[in-house]
Amino acid sequence: MIVKLSVKGLHFSYGSAEILRDVNLDIRDGQVVSIVGPNGSGKSTLIKCIDRILNPSKGEVIVDRQKVSGMKQMELARMIAYVPQNSLRVFPNTVFDVVLMGRRPHLGWREEARDEQKVWEVLGLLGIEDLALSLFTELSGGQQQKVLIARALAQETGVILLDEPTSNLDVWHQIDVMEILRTLVRSQDLTAIIAIHDLNTAARYSDTIIMMKGGKIFAAGRPEDVLTSENLAAVYGIHARVRNYDDIPHVIPLKQIPRKRGRV
Amino acid sequence: MATLILASGAIITIGPMPITIIEVYCTILDKFVPGIFSIESMINTVVWQIRLPRVAGAISVGLGLGICGCVMQAVLKNPLASPFTLGISSGANFGVSLAAVFGITILGGPYFLIGNAFVFALLCSGVIIGLSGLKGATSETMVLAGIALNYLFQAMNQLFSYIASDEQRDVMRIWGMGSIGGLNWNSIMVIAVVSMICLPLLYSKAWDLNLMTVGDEAATSMGVNAGHVRIFVLVVSSLLVAALVAFVGVIGFIGLVAPHVARLILGSDHRYIIPAAGGLGAILFLFADVIAMNLFSPSTIPTGTVMSVIGVPFFLYLILRGRRKEYWS
Ligand SMILES: Nc1ncnc2c1ncn2[C@@H]1O[C@H](COP(=O)(O)OP(=O)(O)OP(=O)(O)O)[C@@H](O)[C@H]1O
Ligand SMILES: [Mg+2]
Repeated sequence: MIVKLSVKGLHFSYGSAEILRDVNLDIRDGQVVSIVGPNGSGKSTLIKCIDRILNPSKGEVIVDRQKVSGMKQMELARMIAYVPQNSLRVFPNTVFDVVLMGRRPHLGWREEARDEQKVWEVLGLLGIEDLALSLFTELSGGQQQKVLIARALAQETGVILLDEPTSNLDVWHQIDVMEILRTLVRSQDLTAIIAIHDLNTAARYSDTIIMMKGGKIFAAGRPEDVLTSENLAAVYGIHARVRNYDDIPHVIPLKQIPRKRGRV
Repeated sequence: MATLILASGAIITIGPMPITIIEVYCTILDKFVPGIFSIESMINTVVWQIRLPRVAGAISVGLGLGICGCVMQAVLKNPLASPFTLGISSGANFGVSLAAVFGITILGGPYFLIGNAFVFALLCSGVIIGLSGLKGATSETMVLAGIALNYLFQAMNQLFSYIASDEQRDVMRIWGMGSIGGLNWNSIMVIAVVSMICLPLLYSKAWDLNLMTVGDEAATSMGVNAGHVRIFVLVVSSLLVAALVAFVGVIGFIGLVAPHVARLILGSDHRYIIPAAGGLGAILFLFADVIAMNLFSPSTIPTGTVMSVIGVPFFLYLILRGRRKEYWS
């Protein structure tokens, strides 16, 4: 087994509040990994620490046997791409320009025909060529999310981190994005790490699910091992039934577990 | 560029003393290849000592302010950012008032006004940049701090003008309105040298600025160290702005409008809009200066004032039209 990315003893704090506590992970290449967990459990923070957008206070992230902390920013950008949940929209960029930005780590001052070709290729892959000349600022939330995914794919990295890539998408586009990711992962040895709330989508498309609670990894493994009624009760505080359809666990949330008095 | 040369030639001809455009070019060429043309010494003096410095000054100041406004807007991710709105100009103005009213100067000699203006302009941007170094200071915080400093310095200036003598008040008033009338070849050389150092440095960050317009986190993930670029760009551009306003006084607006017009015409790629903002700044400033010189001829009005009077309606028109999509593409 080739370890693509590992996280060792990672701690992160915002000021005095410790957000991530001793996170350890080993992720193989060619996998779809989903990170699930309640709001505020540290999913986005973990993703940002992996891409060195945030600097961990302790611990290491290692990609392709190289420490992320010792890399140049551009080097790292050729190995890991990041899809933020949404994007700043102050200045009007066209969709084409936004996606071309993803080529930045690979080019000097001028873009070449090859870079423009790559942009058209990923736009085509995501089925948004017709938006190429529209303004990013004038797209719907879901269309913007697809553009940001296209930008990360244009970056041609071995690892792609996605922060809730399907949160603004309708059902059709959710399936579309997840299918595209899974196909790319299979065909190009990409590793996709996805923070996601929809447990059933996660179960359906992931090889591994990481369940977080309060800044720690509560459980990690195959979907059927992680998505159990006990884990859901402990992490989310809900009663849920888990059924298998086509060997894929399917979570049916029933009701909240009444909280003990005194707990916030 | 060609437009600029032609326009400058034409502009030199306009003024209290009639000179033809041919004579202008002859006079300029004569300096480099003496003896070809016969030039009246009167024309020679007017062209070389009065008109040409003014034109060169207008071009270099407009260029610098346009480009600084453009890069400041990009790193602060705020279309309202400009050397003026960030309080740098008012800071310089405050330095001048200090010198004029209390005789508090940083540099001695004939350059004391300029020295003071420069130091206080830098002080003002220093505060803003210092803020960005503080953990958690967002670009919004920095813009707000700039606007607050702007108010503070303006209030101090008003306070000073109460206690100033008439003569002192005149110094402050003239400086505060911004004029390039005081430029001579020496000051233009200084501006040119500072520009030649700062402008290429700013332009070299064009790609990074493109990425930063979509957010710091995304820019970081694409290989740009957003924090470093922001500080670098702010330091370099405030140095240049401080040098410019120290010589010419408060010139608002151009640093705000030139980048926006460039964006309206060329879109969002800083590899193109940085030079365009500079060129537009130079042209706008040149025209404002012609009007300033000739509207109430023979007395000249401050260029900064003209700039705002004619520029604001034009700008409003552009942003209203500019919301149409076809305008951008
Ligand atoms: N900029 C910040 N400053 C201080 N605390 C922060 C900041 N961003 C996040 N936090 C805190 O860090 C914790 C983890 O946040 P994070 O965004 O990683 O959660 P998440 O699992 O992604 O949640 P969600 O599902 O809502 O996206 C939260 O408790 C949050 O309050
Ligand atoms: Mg999150």
